[in-house]
Amino acid sequence: MLIKTIFSGFGGQGVLSMGNTLANAAMLQGKYVTYLPSYGAEVRGGTANCTVAIGDEEIASPVASEPDFVVSMNQPSFLKFQSTLQTGGLILVNSTLVNVAAARGDIEVIEVPTSELAEKLGSIRAANMVMLGAFIKVSNLVSFQLMLKNLPEILGEGKAKLIKINKEALEAGYNYIKE
Amino acid sequence: MKRLMSGNNAIGEAAVLAGCTCYFGYPITPQNELPEYMAKRLAAVPDGVFIQAESELAAINMVLGASVAGARAMTSSSSPGISLKQEGISFLAAQELPAVIVNMMRGGPGLGNISPAQSDYFQATRGGGHGDYKIIVLAPASVQELADTTALAFDLADMFRTPVMILGDGMLGQMMEPVTFPAKKKERHLAHADYVLTGAKGRPARLVKSLILDPKEAEDHNWKLYRKYQRIEQQEVRYETFMLDDAAMAVLAYGTAARIARGAIKRLREEGLKIGLIRPLTLWPFPNKIIQDTAKHLHDFFVFEMSTGQMVEDVKLALEGKARVHFYGRPGGVVPTPVELSRIISRHYYQSQKRKK
Amino acid sequence: MKKVYAEVLDEMDLREKAICVPPAGCAVLAYDYIDIDMVEAPHGRGAAVATGIKRVRPENLVFSYQGDGDLAAIGTAETLHAANRGEQITIFFVNNAVYGMTGGQMAPTSLLGQKTTTSPAGRDPGREGYPIKVCEVLAQLGAPAYLERVAVNKPAAIRNTKKAIAKAFQYQLRKTGFSLVEILSPCPTNWKLNSVESCAWIDDVMSKVFPLGVIKETTC
Repeated sequence: MLIKTIFSGFGGQGVLSMGNTLANAAMLQGKYVTYLPSYGAEVRGGTANCTVAIGDEEIASPVASEPDFVVSMNQPSFLKFQSTLQTGGLILVNSTLVNVAAARGDIEVIEVPTSELAEKLGSIRAANMVMLGAFIKVSNLVSFQLMLKNLPEILGEGKAKLIKINKEALEAGYNYIKE
Repeated sequence: MKRLMSGNNAIGEAAVLAGCTCYFGYPITPQNELPEYMAKRLAAVPDGVFIQAESELAAINMVLGASVAGARAMTSSSSPGISLKQEGISFLAAQELPAVIVNMMRGGPGLGNISPAQSDYFQATRGGGHGDYKIIVLAPASVQELADTTALAFDLADMFRTPVMILGDGMLGQMMEPVTFPAKKKERHLAHADYVLTGAKGRPARLVKSLILDPKEAEDHNWKLYRKYQRIEQQEVRYETFMLDDAAMAVLAYGTAARIARGAIKRLREEGLKIGLIRPLTLWPFPNKIIQDTAKHLHDFFVFEMSTGQMVEDVKLALEGKARVHFYGRPGGVVPTPVELSRIISRHYYQSQKRKK
Repeated sequence: MKKVYAEVLDEMDLREKAICVPPAGCAVLAYDYIDIDMVEAPHGRGAAVATGIKRVRPENLVFSYQGDGDLAAIGTAETLHAANRGEQITIFFVNNAVYGMTGGQMAPTSLLGQKTTTSPAGRDPGREGYPIKVCEVLAQLGAPAYLERVAVNKPAAIRNTKKAIAKAFQYQLRKTGFSLVEILSPCPTNWKLNSVESCAWIDDVMSKVFPLGVIKETTC
């Protein structure tokens, strides 16, 4: 198995930390993983994206020219990255900010009112974790229960007070997606 | 314990664990995370020295000063900045001072871009600056290898009293992968410390120089360096092979390109194509012998580089016309996918098979 | 000049502590008659090399010895930034208003009207700019602790130079900061004067442009 996902959105929406969190969770579950952020001049323009590759064996290239999944937190990144998806690929969008009327016909689109759900939790900044929760339910790339258990390690030192809100956000997104 | 870390940060941590106490550098993308990491990390090291230098010229010469004063010192940059450092690298080589230099290559020439490329191969493997000298060039291909190679680079620099370059690219520097580090900090064992300047107390004064006005004396010095390079060529060649034993075609690639090649070869093997990989870990000294030995069994070598073709010349030199050399290059910061590369290799493979019949 | 600082090193008993960074150029030959540790720096990079040494060995006495082209042309950035960081090093800046080693070309400190092999019509400010007053430029920075200009054209001046060198070393030993002594030095060959005329030229002409004395001094 080798699955590549692109996370995309505005700078400041926590797009990179979404990818980083997933990559850490996958590493702690014994998977091969690479995480590649967009860097330099590209990130100064206001948009950010990163690519996470998760596999059962060594990963040749961390670049995804045809990703299996795309997560888009805003309209420009939706338009940019839906075109890169493989036929039959899946895109999750932050439906609070993204209009999917222009979606390709050969891909699956899942809308998650991410910003709305995060505001209900009282923290718009947790929108990225809401989306990641939803993504994990949809993609089944890592075990959600193990990820929650490893959350202190994933978030790292000095983030202890953020564990609770992150956990709630991940669960809100995870539970939003129905079987 | 495994940690998810970027290549740039992993080099920094590995360097500190290898006993590096001095870092000097000037910011340039895509390697800024390394000086940033060192600024923080060396502040917690006794005798740790970090200076954001005013230029790459200043940085490499601070390395020279720290090295001659007896410290493990490093600097890092990306292509245009490495060009500026060449003056100092030539002096380090001439004065036989250990140092580690990291080049996270980007698309060139000129300012180019910040995307991953392999366009500085010639510069790195031919010495880079003025004069008749070589430096050891290491080409890791993963974050773990970047870490391991960093420790090795410091040891080789000490052992041969020479600058050592770690040649990566923007992707290796930026990418995060799981990495583990040695549990304990390594003690430095400097076998020949009689060059270190400490003040001439209780011993004759020392002079570390490269100005040798007498041509005969300068010739001796050049031959001495040459003999050292011969020793390095005999002892320090490193490479890795993958599925080479029964191969009918050998792919040669290093660094990021080798990862992509490996992915392509796995795919092609599933289709039954007998293709193997030779991956140089040292670009200088270059693994000539394995190439020559391989040429006894197969006659097609496929070189893949993220440039218009530089290492391919070394492959041809090694083969001395005894096998066919195919080449595929992507310069300017383009990183092709394994699928794309596998199509090209596959075409060359079938064309060669046909030719054989 | 080399004799002067060698005497100061001996008198202050600093020979065993000293690490000298001579430049490319005539100063490299200093090693043949001064018995201290030395490392050659590439042209212009003396301040950077000295910085690296001093940061690793703060207990040693680290100084560089640089000419006008070395310090004020190709090495301007290294000099200015080492001074601005307040590196605990000492620089001896030998200013003779001409490139000596390469055979008499114009220096950044050549005087207006001065004829050199590369300013044969005399230095024209509209074409070649003005002589750079290194001490005055550095004095604008916050960090430098001690900047003085002296000369070595007569016995009294040489005694002053020795005092300035000793003072600069004191500044370094007390970790007070960056110190630089600019030394106006005759270059009879390239000035095309005899040695008596050269010494007079420093008094009559050169020191009018580059006034002698302490340019900046913080409490040591």
